[in-house]
Amino acid sequence: MKLTGRNVVITGASRGLGRALAFELGRRGARLVLVARPSAELDRTVAELCAAGVEAWALGADIGDKHAIVPLAAQAAALAGPVDILVNNASTLGPTPLRPLLDTECEDLERVLDVNVVGPFRLTKALAGAMALRGEGVVVNISSDAAVAAYAGWGSYGASKAALDHLTRIWAEELCEHGVGFLSIDPGEMDTAMHAAALPEADPQSLAPPAQVARHIAAWLEDGAPSGSRLITPSAPLAQEVTS
Amino acid sequence: VSPARAPRAERDRARLLILDPRSGDLHDGELLDLPGLLGPGDVLVVNDAATLPASLGAELVATSPGQRAASQDEATIELRLAGIDPEDEEGERWRAVVFGRGDWRTRTEERAAPPPITVGDVLAIAAAALRATIVAVSAESPRLVTLAFDRRGAELWSALYRAGRPVQYSHLEEALELWSVQTSYASRPWAVEAPSAGLGLSWRLLGALRARGVVVATLTHGAGLSATGDPELDAALPLPERYDIPAATVAAIDHARANGRRVIAVGTTVVRALEASARAHGVLRAGTGVAELKLSARHRLVAVDGLLTGIHDPSESHFALLGAFAPRALLLAAWHHAARAGYLGHEFGDVMLVAAPPAEQPADHHHHPHQGTALQSRNKPPLGPSSRSVASHTAVSAVCSNASLAWLRDGSTEGHTALTLIPSPASSRPSARVSARMPDAPRSTESPRGSPSPSSDSPRAFDTRTMRP
Repeated sequence: MKLTGRNVVITGASRGLGRALAFELGRRGARLVLVARPSAELDRTVAELCAAGVEAWALGADIGDKHAIVPLAAQAAALAGPVDILVNNASTLGPTPLRPLLDTECEDLERVLDVNVVGPFRLTKALAGAMALRGEGVVVNISSDAAVAAYAGWGSYGASKAALDHLTRIWAEELCEHGVGFLSIDPGEMDTAMHAAALPEADPQSLAPPAQVARHIAAWLEDGAPSGSRLITPSAPLAQEVTS
Repeated sequence: VSPARAPRAERDRARLLILDPRSGDLHDGELLDLPGLLGPGDVLVVNDAATLPASLGAELVATSPGQRAASQDEATIELRLAGIDPEDEEGERWRAVVFGRGDWRTRTEERAAPPPITVGDVLAIAAAALRATIVAVSAESPRLVTLAFDRRGAELWSALYRAGRPVQYSHLEEALELWSVQTSYASRPWAVEAPSAGLGLSWRLLGALRARGVVVATLTHGAGLSATGDPELDAALPLPERYDIPAATVAAIDHARANGRRVIAVGTTVVRALEASARAHGVLRAGTGVAELKLSARHRLVAVDGLLTGIHDPSESHFALLGAFAPRALLLAAWHHAARAGYLGHEFGDVMLVAAPPAEQPADHHHHPHQGTALQSRNKPPLGPSSRSVASHTAVSAVCSNASLAWLRDGSTEGHTALTLIPSPASSRPSARVSARMPDAPRSTESPRGSPSPSSDSPRAFDTRTMRP
C-alpha cells in the first residue's frame, strides 16, 4: 500500500512509538490526525510535522473516556477526510511501579481495560463502518509480548493486550469480506517513557529506538500482511537500513 | 402516525412498509427483509455523513454600550447549525438558525422567537469558550444567519464538539446522546440532523445485502435542519446542501442502470445529491457539489429508481418529496395504512420502501412479500439471515481468511480504490469452523462458537505463520 495521501489516525501520538510512527508515516506521504491527551508535547509534535511539510492535525482526547470517541472519529474525518488507517497505539500500564494482582485495585484494572481494550474497540467501531462501506481500510492495534507471556506484575496490562489481540482477530474475521484489514503488532521492548516507568532499571542501550520499530510497521503497511496477523517487530533494523 | 419516542435498542428492528408505486400494492414487512426484496446487481446508496452536535447554547453579546437593552432572558438563544456555508470555499463560515430561549421539551414551532439579530452582532457560545460574529442575515428569514467563528481547523472542531449537543426533538422521552444519531457507517460530520433513513442499517443487514449481491454504495450529503420554527423558512427547506459523490458510486450506479438493475436511495438526501449531480452535469458525475434542487412530484428522476425512507406525515415537507417516487394518492393510502397498522414515524421510527419490483427476476428473488394481497398485514417474525446468505457469507470469509491484504498498489492518492485480495499460501481453516464463528449464525445452537479447545499455543505460536489453525 502506498501511504501517500492516506488519512491516518494515530492515538497516543504525542510521544514514544506513536510520535515515531507519525514521523515515519508522514515521511511516506500520509496525512495525519494525532490523538493524545491535550499537552504541549502533542502540539509540539504536530508543529514539527507541519514544519517538515506533513499535513497533520492534533486532537486532544482521552481514549478511556467514552464520550470522547464519537467526537474524535468525526473530527478526524472532518479535518483529514475519510479515514483509511487507524493505529490504536495509546495505552496505559496502570499504576506504576507495577504490582501483583493481589495488590491491584479493581478500579485500576477497569481503567486499564477502558484505555487499552474498550477505547480501541469504541474508536474502531466509530471508524471501521465507514471503511467497510468504502471497501477498504486498515486498523493496527499495538500489542505487547505481555499479551502472550505471563509476567508477574503485568496482570492488568497483559490481560488488556491479550484481549486486544483477540479483538483484532475477530474484527479481521468479521470485516475481511468488506475489505478492512486488521493487524496486531508487538513492537518489542523500546526505549520509551512507558518502558522506563515499567522497568526503570533497564539499560536504554538494550532497547530498540521507536523510530526503528516505526519503520518496520510502515513497511508492513506498504507491503501488506495477512489480515488478523499478530506480527512481532524484529529487534534488528530493516534490511535496507543496514545496507544503506 | 405516532412518533417513535426513543432510539431503538437494536437499530435494525424496524418495520418496513413496502409500496409498489406502479401497482399501488402495499405490504407489511420488517427492515431485515430488505435483502430478499433486492436482487444481485441492485445498488443501495447510503449517505455516510456523521451527525454534528449542531445545537449550541449562546448569549447575544452587546457590541457597543447602550446598543441593546436586551434582558438576560432575551439574550439567551439556541443556535442550530445548518451547515457550512456552501458559498464559502474555505469552510470557515456556517449558516445557522437562531431560536429564542427554551429547550428541547418545547416543540420547535412553539419556541420563543429570537431577539433581533443584525450583521456584526457577536454570540458567546458555551460560556464564551467559542465566539461567532454574524456576517449575514438571510432575506428569507431573520432567523437564518451566516456566522464566522473566532477559530478554525482542529480548534474549531474541538470547540464545536465540546459545546454542542445533537439537535433534540420534543417528541422523545429523553435528551439524545450524540452516538444515538449516528449511522453504523458514519464518516465526515456534514449532517446537522441524522440522515435518519439509514439509522436502521446494521452491519448484519448490510452484510446480508452484500452477500446477496446487492452493491452497497456511499456518498456524503450535508443533511440540513428539518424545522426552523418559522413557517416561511420551513417552506424554503431544504436549503442548498453540500454533497460529495465517490467515483466508485457513480460507476456502480452506471453499471446497474446499464444492466437494468435498480438504484435505491436510502433517504431523500441521497436522492437530492444524485439527482442534483445528474441535473448539473447532464450525467451523474463524481465529485463535490451543492444541491439546490427541490424534489417534488414534478421532478422526473434520472439517477434513482426507488427510495427507502421514514414514514412521513402528509403535513411534513418530506411528504411532498416522495411525490417524485409515487402518485400522491398512493402515498396517502400508504400513510393511512401505516397509521392504522401502528407504524412509528420520525427519526427513530419505521421505514418505507417505495420501489417497483424489478422488471424480471428469478422467482426466488421475490419470494416475499409481494405475493400477498394488497394491504394484507402479516405478522411475520423478523427474518434473520437466510441459510443461503450465511452459506455465501462463509464462502467469502473462507477465501478471505486465506488472503493477503495488499491494498492500493496503484499508488493513487485520490479516490478510494478497493483493496486487492491476493491469495497467500497460508493454509485455510475448515469452513465449518468459520461458519460456527459467524456472528449471525443461527442462535438456536447451544454453543455458537463450538467447544473451545484447550489452548496448546505457546507464546511463540502467535506469529504470522502459525496464528491461523
